[in-house]
Amino acid sequence: MKRVYVNENWCLGCRLCEYHCAFAESRQKDMARALRGVKINPAIRIEANNGISFAVSCRHCKQPLCVKACITGALHITNGIITADKARCVGCYTCILSCPFGAISQNETGVIQKCELCTASHGSPACVKGCPNNALVYEERE
Amino acid sequence: MLKEGSVRIPSGCAISGIIDTSGARFSGEAIIKSISVMRERSNGLGGGFAAYGIYPEYKDYYALHIFFDSSAVRKACEEFLERHFDIINLSKIPTHTVKEITDAPRIWRYFVTPLPTKLAASGLCEREFTSKCVFRINTQITGAYVFSSGKNMGVFKGVGYPEDIGRYFGLQNYFGYAFTAHGRYPTNTPGWWGGAHPFALLDYTVVHNGEISSYDANRRAIEPYGYTCTLQTDTEVITYIIDYLHRKKGLLMEEIASVIAAPFWETIARFNTSVQEKYEYLRTVFAGQLITGPFSIIAGFEGGLMALNDRLKLRSMVVAEKGTKTYIASEEAAIRMVEPDVENVFAPDGGEPIIVRLRGEAHGN
Amino acid sequence: MAINFLYPEYEIVRKESRCIACRACENQCAHGAHEFLADKGVMTCDESKCVNCHRCVCICPTRALKIVKSGNAYKQNANWGQRTVDELYRQADSGGVLLSSMGNPQNYPVYFDKILLNASQVTNPSIDPLREPMETRCALGAKPHRIERDKKGNIKNNLPPQLKLSMPILFSAMSYGSISYNAHESLARAAQELGIYYNTGEGGLHEDFYKYGKNTVVQVASGRFGVHSGYLNAGAAVEIKMGQGAKPGIGGHLPGTKIVGDIARTRMIPEGTDAISPAPHHDIYSIEDLRQLVYSLKEATDYKLPVIVKIAAVHNITAIASGIARSGADIIAIDGFRGGTGAAPTRIRDHVGIPIELALASVDKRLRDEGIRDNVSLVVGGSIRSSADIVKAVALGADAVYIASAALLALGCHLCRSCQTGKCNWGIATQIPQLTKRLNPDIGCKRLVNLLSAWKHEIQEMMGGMGINSIEALKGNRLMLRGIGLNERELAVLGIKHAGE
Repeated sequence: MKRVYVNENWCLGCRLCEYHCAFAESRQKDMARALRGVKINPAIRIEANNGISFAVSCRHCKQPLCVKACITGALHITNGIITADKARCVGCYTCILSCPFGAISQNETGVIQKCELCTASHGSPACVKGCPNNALVYEERE
Repeated sequence: MLKEGSVRIPSGCAISGIIDTSGARFSGEAIIKSISVMRERSNGLGGGFAAYGIYPEYKDYYALHIFFDSSAVRKACEEFLERHFDIINLSKIPTHTVKEITDAPRIWRYFVTPLPTKLAASGLCEREFTSKCVFRINTQITGAYVFSSGKNMGVFKGVGYPEDIGRYFGLQNYFGYAFTAHGRYPTNTPGWWGGAHPFALLDYTVVHNGEISSYDANRRAIEPYGYTCTLQTDTEVITYIIDYLHRKKGLLMEEIASVIAAPFWETIARFNTSVQEKYEYLRTVFAGQLITGPFSIIAGFEGGLMALNDRLKLRSMVVAEKGTKTYIASEEAAIRMVEPDVENVFAPDGGEPIIVRLRGEAHGN
Repeated sequence: MAINFLYPEYEIVRKESRCIACRACENQCAHGAHEFLADKGVMTCDESKCVNCHRCVCICPTRALKIVKSGNAYKQNANWGQRTVDELYRQADSGGVLLSSMGNPQNYPVYFDKILLNASQVTNPSIDPLREPMETRCALGAKPHRIERDKKGNIKNNLPPQLKLSMPILFSAMSYGSISYNAHESLARAAQELGIYYNTGEGGLHEDFYKYGKNTVVQVASGRFGVHSGYLNAGAAVEIKMGQGAKPGIGGHLPGTKIVGDIARTRMIPEGTDAISPAPHHDIYSIEDLRQLVYSLKEATDYKLPVIVKIAAVHNITAIASGIARSGADIIAIDGFRGGTGAAPTRIRDHVGIPIELALASVDKRLRDEGIRDNVSLVVGGSIRSSADIVKAVALGADAVYIASAALLALGCHLCRSCQTGKCNWGIATQIPQLTKRLNPDIGCKRLVNLLSAWKHEIQEMMGGMGINSIEALKGNRLMLRGIGLNERELAVLGIKHAGE
């Protein structure tokens, strides 16, 4: 299965992935219109320290702890992609606690949000497309 | 209007050639007949012939055919010749009245051999000495033009349709083992006899149909080797290339063909390693002698003819055989006119040389 | 504080209606021109820090930024132009020699732009490169003077060492130090993929790049930095750098601040020391000395590699080239006065040397007149900007061209001419890790390959139009060129006719 991989050698820490993620999530046509004056809350986050930076988003683990931990069955695996059913989420955040990567967060309404690879909306992840230095790639790996 | 040599004139053309590999000599009648069929491919602004084996009685002497604008120039030129050569025989080249042929220059023929003292002093071999003298006349004596300078061969050319030029020189009265012919279709009106083809240096002659796109690259590559391109024609530069590669560099005719119509790199890649190395060597060393753009040529040399097309075959050329004779022409009709029952008619591929030599002769070609 | 006489030459224009305050511009500007005002939640900028490199313009996801010439103007003066005045103020302020980088930007004639190409009509056919082979492959090196045959009569291969190129283009010298590791990797990988060569410049060869040796020209310059036997033998050719078009007569100086880590190691000098390349080679004070160095290098490489001698195009270039052609060198590289640099005194860059077109035409003619053109191949550089420039250069007589600025442009360079600051925002002319990582060699290599593949197609199209299907038939084919708007003297030097003739 294709996943998003990060190569910190090429990550510039420019955070464009975060903005492209938020823009994709907005389902709007124009980024300026979608994000102007908005405090974004993306499903991918840049972590940076001491000149090293990289993006973190859901790894879509084969044996995901988050799915196991979900008390309502809101998280499930569809074709390898871990998706969240927001209607079922009760906001217990057990998944956030159990995710070893810190890749799950909560949205404005209190339920969880996570990277679902933009497959439903854009076909391929917007963060990868928006990365200016190929630090993010979307590919099949062993 | 600028005279030929001051301006570059592209032209389309017809060419024809006949060789009897047995060495038997035949009349120039056949070649006149052959080229006359392709009148459509010329426009009356140039025609000519090269004839090999026509001067057996003088075969050890260089036969210089020279155009003169005036008797005064002839005198000056003869003085030059006397200083450098022993002149065995000189005469006007016999011509016949043909009403289409006008404005002919004075046309003379000299059988000469280099003066031994001059030759020794020059430190050159006989052929180089002679060719240098030809260049000096053509570049330094205004109004004199040596258009043929080989042994036991001669070029006959002028402004007009080739068959008329043939009759004018009475080519039917010359007997040789090989002839080539050229009908010219230049794209302006030079009206100068020296500009007609074949072009010749020593025993190398070239008749050519085409317009080569590599002209100036070839010209600028060959001039440092002691050639001066005075005519700005393709035929002139092709002749010099053949002379340079054959006489000065010692390449075989087959090798010359793979220089001037070199196989494409992708073709070379298909050969075995040693053949690849040879072609790569020739292309690399003689890159400046590669000729591109359309051409079909018949190159005459002592003891043989070579027919060659450009590597894309952008000009027509047909070869056929009958008995000991080989025929080459722009169009098959020009062959069938002379020999209706020819055999083995074929069109050589682009870059595929057809080299026909006299049998049993060791010319070292 | 003293009065600052200088007003920024360029202004950063931010369309507030499009700015989403993502701060990417701030993150990407090494000069600190952009700043986020946290209390107001908006971006601001200081154009006095802007070098006009366009990194922010390109990275901005909403196209909210552009850079325009600032309208600030001195009183109009045809003699004292704005640049002249600004430079004077700068010197009055600093007391120093003005430094610049990249190529001469001044308004001298560009002869390539005054030369037009031919095409076939009627009397001979143009050739379609999509249907027929169209050969751009060429070889650089000396050609043998005589044909030798073995006992069987087969031609012996007595060809001196040659560089074989898939197209008549090489990347010219840029040292590791003047440009980044990633820039070098991009060039090396692209050269390998394209079947051409890149050039180490005078910075040695990083041990990681020995594997690209077959596509590498190793340079020996006046400082001899990084030169050792292994280095010489790692390459496909050795280049002796005598001069550079951007700074003829001037050496080089890479400040100690850039001589760090691998760069010091590769140059074989202690970290933090200035790398000073003298103006002349101190073992070459005349042509006979050059000959000795040529043969020393040939000895060191067992006569297996061609030796290139690179010189800047200066007034007596023809005599110099003629001397080099008799020195045993296999290839002469001539760098025109528009050639680039990582740093040069501005006055030198802008006022010394001659245009490559004229130098090339004269040298090619002189070598032919002397009958020594086959002794050497000619490679020319010094602002080859497009495939059309290449076709014109080859038709004037070049065997191949050197490109560097064009290659850097492909990697992102926007010709801001601030290389000497060492803070290249595109990760090219810098050694700061945060900046060098901006040039991902996967992308860099791909862009270089794209550029040259596109140029190759264009060269093929132009050749096909002229009815030429092999690059060797274009070389020196000056009848394919016509001048436009040139005077008699210029036409004579170029050896071409005027359009309409």
